[in-house]
This record gives sequence, structure tokens and C-alpha cells, in this order.
Amino acid sequence: MVDTLFIGLSIGSILLLVALGLTITYGAMGVINMAHGEMVMIGAYVTVLSGIYLGANLLVAMPLAFLVAGAIGWGIEWLLVRRLYGRLIDTLLATWGIAILLQQAVRLELGLSFFGIHIDGLGPGLQNVDVPAFLRGTIPMLGTEINAYRSFIILVTLLLTAMTWFIMYRTSIGMQVRAVMRNRNMAAACGIDVKRVNALTFAYGSALAGVAGVMMAGFKTVFPDMGASMVIDGFMVVVVGGVGSLFGAVAASGILGEINGLVAAATNDILARAVVFGTVIVVIVLMPKGLFSFKGR
Amino acid sequence: MSLNRRTFLKTSALAGAGAVAAPALMTRVALGADPIKVGVLFSQTGGLSIIEKSLADATLMAISEINAKGGVNGRPIEAVVEDGASDPKTFNEKASKLVVRDRVPTVFGCYTSASRKAVLPVFEKRNNLLFYPTYYEGFECSKNVIYTGSAPNQQLSTFIPWIIKNLGKKKFFIVGSNYIYPREMAKVCKILIEANGAEWVADEYLELGHSEWGSMVNKIKSSGCDVVLSNVVGDSVVAFYREFKNQGLSHDVLPICASVTSEVEIAAMGAEYAAGSYTSFPYFQAIESDANKAFVERYRTFVNDPKAVTHHAMESSYFQVYLFAQAAAKIGDKLTPTAIRDAVAGSEFDAPNGHVKIDPENLHTWLTPRIAQWQADGQGKIVDQLPEPIRPLPYSAYGETSDNLFCTTAGLDSAKLKQ
Repeated sequence: MVDTLFIGLSIGSILLLVALGLTITYGAMGVINMAHGEMVMIGAYVTVLSGIYLGANLLVAMPLAFLVAGAIGWGIEWLLVRRLYGRLIDTLLATWGIAILLQQAVRLELGLSFFGIHIDGLGPGLQNVDVPAFLRGTIPMLGTEINAYRSFIILVTLLLTAMTWFIMYRTSIGMQVRAVMRNRNMAAACGIDVKRVNALTFAYGSALAGVAGVMMAGFKTVFPDMGASMVIDGFMVVVVGGVGSLFGAVAASGILGEINGLVAAATNDILARAVVFGTVIVVIVLMPKGLFSFKGR
Repeated sequence: MSLNRRTFLKTSALAGAGAVAAPALMTRVALGADPIKVGVLFSQTGGLSIIEKSLADATLMAISEINAKGGVNGRPIEAVVEDGASDPKTFNEKASKLVVRDRVPTVFGCYTSASRKAVLPVFEKRNNLLFYPTYYEGFECSKNVIYTGSAPNQQLSTFIPWIIKNLGKKKFFIVGSNYIYPREMAKVCKILIEANGAEWVADEYLELGHSEWGSMVNKIKSSGCDVVLSNVVGDSVVAFYREFKNQGLSHDVLPICASVTSEVEIAAMGAEYAAGSYTSFPYFQAIESDANKAFVERYRTFVNDPKAVTHHAMESSYFQVYLFAQAAAKIGDKLTPTAIRDAVAGSEFDAPNGHVKIDPENLHTWLTPRIAQWQADGQGKIVDQLPEPIRPLPYSAYGETSDNLFCTTAGLDSAKLKQ
């Protein structure tokens, strides 16, 4: 039973890891960021490339991916997203386009493959990421053997969530972000630089996705399309948890992860997936704003 | 120009196919003589391009080798390359384009069963010919396809008895991706497991492309099985082997025996996760023959990547072009799909994996089953192999044997299928 609950917790932590950045960008900015999965993918490729060219392991790749994905997110906001605020459907299409561009940039090795130049670590193939020895295998806990890598993911997710909570609720920039979330125009009228807050929020959301990518790299397969399926799971968590609610995202990913783990243990994985989506549908039918949305005024 | 465009539109409309916007890539060879056009149809983009790109490369490499040696009866082979874009519908449109507009007498292409099923009507209706290089689930008997990958019996009929006898395993956990190939393979597995006096404790599936293996591996752990038979396909394979080891399971005690895991996936997951597990294929990069070593070297030069890996479907993509060229050389000028098929049926060739022969009855390929154990360097060490190629049986899941063929030159005997 401990095994099953642990797997549920682990699935939940992976969901949260991807959703954490989304809940901020979608919640604060009203941008449906379809390129979020590609930020995860970029984080994973930062891991691959830093492994090949710097000899770095996963732990070193984490801050690197945070910076690289954050910078790319900032660039996307500056180039495109800031022109589309308030146009929900347009942001969806535009960021989807960016997602395709980013995928192809990796697949075509930034265009160099047209000239017959091959960059090790990029291209259409599957990439290998070396996992440090202490993250392989199991560690004994509560009378059973638990998976070291999954425990590490849970730990990283906890740290990132705590960091995000601290920034949002204990710093002045976080207060500004929350003010923008509640009422953009009122915040602007109070003297908050909404543009700057937006740019920072988008960059931070993307940076979180980059770190998620590092964790995924040691766990799943690294290839250019890897982000596409993750963004769906991310939105699922955000919608169930309540748009813009950090606590909602934590609770939703925990609930969905445990449902997935328990149903999969009792029956099979295919049914578990269906039950998870069924739960999501029931929640958005009964509570369109999600489980923990704040009360609007 | 306008005339070209008009005729193009007309033929497209006739075929009922969508207009093809991108011009085909042509590799022209300056040999003067009238070239033999062939279609090359794999995914150059999309998720499946990871594998299919290598199949297209192997095909083009064989064509360029043949052309370098003077072509077929002095005529160069000209490849018309199309992109299936990992989408069965696109495969169907491009196949129509190749057959109707380019009038190629043969197409080399398709990797997944989904894409093969999508193009099959085009080839059967137009009586054209497809060379299909992938190991697949069987249950097909077409006069318009030459199957050069292994049939289920060529991967499993020696593998499962070998696991039971040599590894002493008695309880199988069958796991696969949730679509037609793993489910058909599981049927063959069960027949063979029961026939050899062992039992299977579970038959479980995970969605294709899904990589959350936590629950499944936990089930494997608590199922009491002593061997895992994996028909898991694609990028899920990497996450599966990693999770397996991360949950503390060891291939020494509980080995994964796979029908699909190839050099490509091993390189991606890291060899340490697979070391000690087994795969059954007719071809491995590690085959210790001069022909194969030279083949691997030529391929690496051709794709300009010194670490490129070779694998079974890729090697089939390569040798099937030679089978085509042999047939075309024998026929001479009248290169119709039917003539090529009749000339290819029963023909033989020395491929990198060894001697291969196209079965004249069912147009599948006689191949040598091999079993390899994955080593710490990412290569498969061949631990057992049959002395010679065995007959392909696409209906072995339904009781087909070498003495009782379901699929013959007369077509499928569906009466036998119902028994």
C-alpha cells in the first residue's frame, strides 16, 4: 500500500512540476501558453547539452536550465505575447506556433542541418542523459524500498513550490503579481508597472518549466516532441485547481496523481488515465472555476 | 509549365488525392540512360521521424551504392522522396501521388502498421508494389507488398522456448503498448508459452507514447513473475527500462525479454539500464561478420555521424533495395509492378544479417532469428541464433505452420483462419 501511495504522490509531483509555471502564466496573465511544454523540452536539452559540452550532471543543469528557459520565455514575451494581452484565443494560436518553431529548431539543429553540420545533442533523435549514481536504484523507507529518482523529483517539486509561494506571498513583486491577477487595470492605476510584472512572470513561469525539463530528462525520453503531451497534463491541473491558485495547483495535482496511482494499481493504466480525465470533466462541469478559485468582487 | 500544372491537377483529381504542394526531392544521377524511378516514403518530420529518418537514409544509401556501381543494366535508380509526416492520412496521399503522378513501379516505405494499413488500398487498387521493411504483427496477405522485416514467428518461436529452457523461467508477465502490434504479438506469445509448459501471469498495456511506468513496474514486482516479456514500442521503452531499474529490479533475477527494443532505444536510455536484458531480432549491429562491419561503417559515413547506430528495420530497408535491383536487372526494360513482384518472389540475397530469401508463397522474408543480451557498451551480444533462415509465418497466431500455410500465391485461405 505504501508503494501505491508513493507512486500516486510521485505522479502528482510530476504533474505539479509542469503545472507550477503554467498556473502563474495562465493565472496572472491570462495567456494560454501552448509553448510551455517546449520550455520543458528546452530544459531537457539544456541537460543533454551541458552533459556533453560541460560534463555537468543533472544538479548543475538545473540552475542553467532555469536561466536559459527563463531568458527564452522573456524573449517570447517581449517579441510576441505582450502584443496579445486580452486576446485569449490569439495567445493560444501564437504560442502554439512558437511551440512548433522551437520543436523544429531543435530537430533541424538550429537550421545547421541544412548545411550538413551536425551538433551532438540536437537533431530529431532520442537523446541520452546520464543519471548520477546516487539517483539510480532505491532507498529504504517505511519498511519498503522507494525509488530514489522519484523521491528526488518530489523534493525538487517541494522546493520549487516553496520558492514560488515565498515570492508570491512574501515579496513586494509577488504582491504586485497578485494585484495584477485580481484586477489588471486597478493595479495599473495604483502605479504598478504591469508590463514589467508581466514580463517577469512569464520569464519565471518559463524558468520553472525549464527546471521541470531537467527532471524529466533523467526519467523520460528526451526528443523534440516530448513537451507536447506534458502541456495537456499541465492545463488539466491548472483547470481543476482553479486558475491562478497556487494551493489549488498543489491540491489538484495531488488528487489527480493519487487517483491515477490507485486506479492503475487496482485495474490498469489505460483505465486510470480515463478515470483521471473523467474526474477533470466532472470537476469543470460542477465547478467551472476549479476547486480553489478566489472569489471575484 | 501551365500544361504540367493542369495535367498534375487532373491526375490528382483522378486519384482523389489531395494536391501535393511540396515538390518532390529528386536525387539525379548523371548516367545518361533513362533512370528507373522509385518512391521512398517515410516520415521525415513528426514524432516517428526519429526512426523513419534512419530507414529513409538506409534506402537512399543502397540506391546510391547501386548507382555508383553502374545502376541496373546501365540505368540509374532515381529516388522520389516523399514525407509521410508521421500521419497515416498523409502516407495515403503521398502513396497515391507516387503511384499515380510519378508512375513509379515500386515504393519503399512505411514503418508503423498504421501507415502500412493506410497505404495498402492504394497499392492494391492500382496493382502497384510496396517494399515494407518493418517487423510487424502478421495477419496480412497482400500480393502488393514485399515484407522484408520479421514476422511474429521469426522473433518469438525460438525466443520463448529459449527463455523457458535456457533461462529456466516459468512465469511470464506480458507487457506492451496499447495498439495492434503488441496485442497480436501477445497472442503469439501466449500460444508459445503454453505450448512450452510455462504460464503467463498477466497481460498488461500502457498507452502508446505514454511514459508513466510507476504503477506497471510496481505490479510486475508484486505479480510473482520470473520474466517480463515486453512488446513496448517507441519512446515509452526508455522510461520503462529506467523505471524498472529505479524500482530496484534487476535483469539478473527478473530479465526483460523484448521483441522491439533495439540499438536506438538502448542508446537513448543509457546502456546501464538495459545491461543483462534480452531482445530477439534477425539483425543486430553487433553481428560479427565482415559484411555487417563494412555495412555499419558505410552507413556512418553516409549519414555523417560516427556514432550512428544500425538496427533491424533499417537493415531491411537497405537490403530490400538490392532485392528490387536484382529483380529489375533480370526483367530488363518492361518494369511493371507485377513483373517486379514475380521476379522478387523466391529471389535470394546476401544481406548484412546473412542470407535472406523472399518466400514465393507469402512474399515475406526468410530470416535468421537471433537472441542478444544487451551489454554495458550498448551493444547486443548474440547469445543464440538458428543455423539458417526460417520460413516467415504471418498467421502463426492463428495456427499457421510451415506445412500448413494460410497465405499462398492463391491468396489467404480464410477457411483455415476460422478453425
